[in-house]
Amino acid sequence: MEVGQLQRSFIEYMSSLFNEGFLDAQFSQLQQLQDESNPDFVVEVVSLFFEDSERLLNDLTMALDQPNVDFKQVDAHVHQLKGSSSSVGAQRVKNCCVPFRSVCEEKNTEACLRCLQQIKQEYLLVKNKLQTLFELEQQIVAAGGAIPMMQ
Amino acid sequence: MGMAAAEQQFHVLAVDDSLIDRKLIERLFRTSACQVTTVDSGNKALEFLGLQEHENHPNPPHACPHNHQNLQEVEVNLIITDYCMPGMTGYDLLKKIKESSSFRNIPVVIMSSENVPSRINRCLEEGAEEFFLKPVRLSDVNKLRPHMMKTKCKSFQESEKIVTKENQESPEIEKVISEQSQPQPKTEVDTEQIQQIQQFQGNNNKRKSMEEGPSPKRTRPRYSGLTAV
Repeated sequence: MEVGQLQRSFIEYMSSLFNEGFLDAQFSQLQQLQDESNPDFVVEVVSLFFEDSERLLNDLTMALDQPNVDFKQVDAHVHQLKGSSSSVGAQRVKNCCVPFRSVCEEKNTEACLRCLQQIKQEYLLVKNKLQTLFELEQQIVAAGGAIPMMQ
Repeated sequence: MGMAAAEQQFHVLAVDDSLIDRKLIERLFRTSACQVTTVDSGNKALEFLGLQEHENHPNPPHACPHNHQNLQEVEVNLIITDYCMPGMTGYDLLKKIKESSSFRNIPVVIMSSENVPSRINRCLEEGAEEFFLKPVRLSDVNKLRPHMMKTKCKSFQESEKIVTKENQESPEIEKVISEQSQPQPKTEVDTEQIQQIQQFQGNNNKRKSMEEGPSPKRTRPRYSGLTAV
């Protein structure tokens, strides 16, 4: 595929991620912080987010699997997940955390499990989308093009 | 004024238990040509400043840029800390810094992902310069330059103290343009100085002038007619 086409695909894809609410303005902030001296900044931060999230989702699964659920611990994990998703601009994941914290406070295990399921789905979605985005970037660079800056 | 603000190297100590947020904050400040040291807890921050004995570490966890023996020689122009951290909260750290004779003049900024007015008030009352809601942005970091400049200029600090005292006694304090409305004993930096500093900054098109009110999530009181002497 020629560079122009790749770049257009990239722009379209990126726009859809914003329009569909997967990413918010914070992701744009990350992109703005990337430059020649830090060319991989976004990928680095997002990679940290993936690692962090997967760890937290595992911890949440285990915590909710206990006979006596430690809701304080569950809430702490969700708080962390909310923070990191917010910091990278993963809007839908972040938004899932809000009701999660409410049902945590109510000590409602069933509802917590439903929230966890939802967060896992949203996380996998955004992970997939971001990986696709990064692949598109790589293709553009490999074809000798520059990655378009989004407004 | 003759100050070449562009050449001033500020050193920021950033405290956050989240690795992602540490990376972000570091990048934000490095973009603003600041030197950054990040630590993951209030205790490590105090160790770095030399305010706390480290029992388990014979050497400080993060290299002191100047002198390993005498940590007091570290110059820090700003401390920015997360509020919610296990163990010592950002508020606890703020208090310890303000209680220290060596470091109480270092501006401290608190960050939090939660917008809790009572929390914000408590931090500002304890002496925090600013309270930022996360995620912190470049425009937030740009606001901090004047605070860091203060630490480079001693006479400025003296006069600020004098004006601060007067503020506390004055009943006619302009209403705060934000959710909180408690008077805060802080002065505004001279707008002329701000403009001078702004000239030295590159990518400033998003920066608001000091005349505008703060965005709702910022809690910075405005006192009409008061400028730093």
